[in-house]
Amino acid sequence: MWFFSSPAIVFGDGALGNLETIKGQRACIVTDANLVKLGYVERVKTALASTGMQISVIDDVEPDPSLETVKAGAARMLETNPDWIIALGGGSVMDAAKGMWILYEHPDIDPEAINPIDLIGLRVKARLIAIPTTAGTGSETTWAIVLTNHAEQRKLGLGNREAVPDIAILDPEFIRNLPGKVTTETGLDALTHAIEGYTSSYANDFCDGLCLQAAKLVFDYLPRCYHDGQDMEARTHMQNAAAIAGLGFGNSMAALAHGMGHALGGALHIPHGCAVSLFLPYSIEYCAHVEGTRYASIARFLSLPAENEQAAAASLVEAIRKLERKIGQPLTLAEAGIDRVSFERELDHLISNAMNDTQTIMALRVPEEDDLRRLFIYAFDGKKVDF
Amino acid sequence: MGTLFPSDEWVKMMMEDLNKSDTYLEAAKNWEGDFYFIIDPFGKHDKPTMLYMDLLHGKCREAFYVIDPDVRKPVFRLSGTIENWKKVMTKQMDPMQAMMTGKLKLQGNMAMVMKNVRAAKELVESCTRIDTEFPV
Repeated sequence: MWFFSSPAIVFGDGALGNLETIKGQRACIVTDANLVKLGYVERVKTALASTGMQISVIDDVEPDPSLETVKAGAARMLETNPDWIIALGGGSVMDAAKGMWILYEHPDIDPEAINPIDLIGLRVKARLIAIPTTAGTGSETTWAIVLTNHAEQRKLGLGNREAVPDIAILDPEFIRNLPGKVTTETGLDALTHAIEGYTSSYANDFCDGLCLQAAKLVFDYLPRCYHDGQDMEARTHMQNAAAIAGLGFGNSMAALAHGMGHALGGALHIPHGCAVSLFLPYSIEYCAHVEGTRYASIARFLSLPAENEQAAAASLVEAIRKLERKIGQPLTLAEAGIDRVSFERELDHLISNAMNDTQTIMALRVPEEDDLRRLFIYAFDGKKVDF
Repeated sequence: MGTLFPSDEWVKMMMEDLNKSDTYLEAAKNWEGDFYFIIDPFGKHDKPTMLYMDLLHGKCREAFYVIDPDVRKPVFRLSGTIENWKKVMTKQMDPMQAMMTGKLKLQGNMAMVMKNVRAAKELVESCTRIDTEFPV
């Protein structure tokens, strides 16, 4: 028994106009200060104008949002009492908004204890609209919530099936001017979602097609976005790819690259998309040593050599690294700017956090401590995983 | 012939297995919290059957078949039907999926669970290593 959760998805030119159809009394926009400066919040307010709703704004969500940010946001919602929460931003904003929503509805919940097991009882006070301003995180179509415990330098892979947004609005105008670095990092996050969603231990029929199509869209359109940020056809396809990959992995789970990436992000502050995609080739090489992988299906769908699982894994890894190189992404931890001293200082911490990340245990091959140590070291040095 | 589940002998075998496991020791080194494993009424048992395990920092300090439910106040309670326990313990059902779909119901300190998912996984792995006879 399993579930497939999805928001209603409004996509394409003019999608933001869908806000005019929303019925309610009070809306709370959750966003970050930069998006206020860019005028994006004003666009949303304008779209909401005809609804007559009172609008409040929480505009201080930081990258890798903290537990404290979520608590503070929920406290402000308790003052303004919204019946719609509108998350306008990237993954950090959308994840923070989900956390705030849960605490707004149930102030007694400890945010670190948000889990996929308990029935929370959301949608008594409010519903959630997600409007992504990046193309990769997929948070607009998932129930996943990544928050950071800064005291422990640890990212927490949380979530609850009820926390999937009610509506995801994919309006290409919000990603038209996405900076190049953010474009590539978030785009590779979508690729990692697609491949891990297809190969996780929870993979299922409902997610397979979504993951394959999302992976293909990323290979086809991310290089175009990188070379010409104003290529709106490519931008739009990437926006769709991110949401589709979100539906895919959100209902089949991510895996080892995410577990390691979360650990890296928490300890050494590498952006999420960069971190998870950096580990993706290494995790494929690692998992390819066991039975039951499905790399040949992915490789064939992408028109890559796929004589058998091993060959398919190798060709997929090569294609990913070629893409990453083409769009200027690091292939090793050293290339990502991490010096050896810092890496060695944090290694035990990285291993410990990756070991207990909720996504690591979804991998087809779940590494023990010794293997994780070697995986991190191989990823630092850029060595092919041979164990 | 396997050891009957649920029974005092079975839970003590699991304690022995956990305490021999370096993998569990590593995975659960930060785990703090004792358990009631609760099997809903089945067969001739008209009340829930309970097994107690005291788990701390990768070791099981105490385990027994519970006669008096008030004898301990455990931090965690994991309950389900005998059929669903069997499915999880024979790897026909993923334990996380079992909990996420309500087939097994977990109550307790969920922050501890979310920060130590590996410990929970290894705990179930231990169950699957015991040669078990099920009453259904």
